[in-house]
Amino acid sequence: MTTATAKAKTTRRRRAVSVRKLIYTILMLAAGLVFLLPFLWMLSTSMKPEVDVFIYPVEWIPKHWQAAENYAKVWSGKANFTLYYWNSIKVSVLTTLLSVVVSAMAAYGFTKIRFPGRNALFFLVLTTYMIPPEATLVPLFVLYRSMGLYDTHTGLILLGGFSVLGTFLLRQFVDGISNDYIESAQIDGAGHRQIFLRILLPLIRPAVATYAILRFIWTWNDYQTPFIFLSDKALYTIQLGMSAFADRNGQFYSLVMAASVSAIVPLLIVFIIGQKQVIEGISFGGVKG
Amino acid sequence: MSQARIPAKTNAASLRTQEGRRRRRREIAAGYVFIGPMLIGILLFTIIPMLMLFLFSLTDWSFLTGYDKLKIVGFHNFSRLLHDQDFGQSLVHNLIMLLAVPIGMALALLLAVIITERVHLSGFFKVIFFMPQISSIVAVAVVWQVLFHPSYGPVNGMLSAIGIDSPPKWLADPHYALPSVMLLMIWIDLGVGLIIYIAGLKNIPRDLYEAADIDGSSAWTKFRKITFPLLTPTSFFLLITGIIANFKAFALIKVLTDGGPAHATSVIVYDMYEQGFVNLKTGYASSMAVVLFLIILFITFLQWMFQRKWVHNG
Repeated sequence: MTTATAKAKTTRRRRAVSVRKLIYTILMLAAGLVFLLPFLWMLSTSMKPEVDVFIYPVEWIPKHWQAAENYAKVWSGKANFTLYYWNSIKVSVLTTLLSVVVSAMAAYGFTKIRFPGRNALFFLVLTTYMIPPEATLVPLFVLYRSMGLYDTHTGLILLGGFSVLGTFLLRQFVDGISNDYIESAQIDGAGHRQIFLRILLPLIRPAVATYAILRFIWTWNDYQTPFIFLSDKALYTIQLGMSAFADRNGQFYSLVMAASVSAIVPLLIVFIIGQKQVIEGISFGGVKG
Repeated sequence: MSQARIPAKTNAASLRTQEGRRRRRREIAAGYVFIGPMLIGILLFTIIPMLMLFLFSLTDWSFLTGYDKLKIVGFHNFSRLLHDQDFGQSLVHNLIMLLAVPIGMALALLLAVIITERVHLSGFFKVIFFMPQISSIVAVAVVWQVLFHPSYGPVNGMLSAIGIDSPPKWLADPHYALPSVMLLMIWIDLGVGLIIYIAGLKNIPRDLYEAADIDGSSAWTKFRKITFPLLTPTSFFLLITGIIANFKAFALIKVLTDGGPAHATSVIVYDMYEQGFVNLKTGYASSMAVVLFLIILFITFLQWMFQRKWVHNG
């Protein structure tokens, strides 16, 4: 008897919990929708004729479609979005590659090889981490002009590629790898180069993937560095191209929104593919920048 | 081959030390080869620029004129900064913008608690709230400029539809521009706080809540007595990184308002950019960058102090 009533009580409570969970989910869906409204507005506006842009109440689903024309104007007009895309892909991919290689090597050197001065040098790397990149913009600009790196993609790639953040992130993972692997490889006569390439890199592949995706996203979305260090329009990344396009076509909101959608979509795809890594990477160190 | 590496006991001691020394030298060389690229990068792109910055900050100079025109003026730039009203105003704007950090954190915490415990589709919500963070800041700024448009924008369209006669002009109004920028900052960074709080929540042992359930504690009590205190390190981390990011703010301001209207949204990095790259005053801009560096140094120092205290107490 008592057990029966207890059971009824728990099922009732469980049902109450699941109803409450459903209500919370619906409320959160509403909140999420409001949160995303700017993106939905952008998307819908990008597919409208200009005269319909400011109709109120907002026509979320355009009455007159003009998607093809708007996007064609953005992609084949004076602003060369194909070129901006290519520049962004080039800079982001090469920066990511360089940064991963440099960071993984340093992470290995700082944890698995013993040499005098190691701790002091690591401390030096640690201290430079707190120097904000914004503080060195002016002297770097002067230095870049005298080194011939100003207004080049190489200059951008080098700046992003030597970020110390990757060293910290990967060092945590390399540190967690047992020395036994390395010692037994050494007994077999392997040098550090072989150990690094054949043993270490495969072992820290998930961490490398996480860092690579984050670095790619940060480089792709970086506005500040190309803005300061590039001036030739032919070298513009998508961020600079987008901003120049908005300045020139400020009054054609439907076109500006089509350009915005074009600037966001590739990264959205990268993010959706790599969301697990991105979220892990962000929650790991709470890293950003 | 491998036998040669393990000296037999009968070998002469000298032979052993010679072999050991050779191996030691190789080890040291390998160490420097592996950390070398990173060290060269830091030297070239951080340490040398930093030394140049300190030097430039003591000069009256424009990079266009060449090094022979460089004039050392001591701390003149810094005493000038003290009386520079525009810079003072920008510093005040940075300080006001700090308010956005705790507000954003509170929102992120609220959403994190709901998403971790109370909803279906939690992975989906993480992606939604993270979207502004992965979007191009230029595109985001352009969209909000139009949404906030004083006369045609949908935001004011909605406000006048519900009967507000003279809605604020948002980014075009000196009084509302800074709060509008802060609103946008909260919107952009919410996803980061959310994800870090969710990770923090997952680290809280479940049995604490179970024990509280047995005691019959309410949800609010559990939040106050368990969740919030145990998340202190996470909150502190978010607070510090939020404050630092705030002082470094530039890109959003540049594309959204260009410091305007009437200097209402200028910040210290924006002033530095204007002096260094528009007015071409390399020396003066450098002194502003030194101030930025000192502020961040101070915040990092505070963080270090507090963390040490925690390690000792906890």
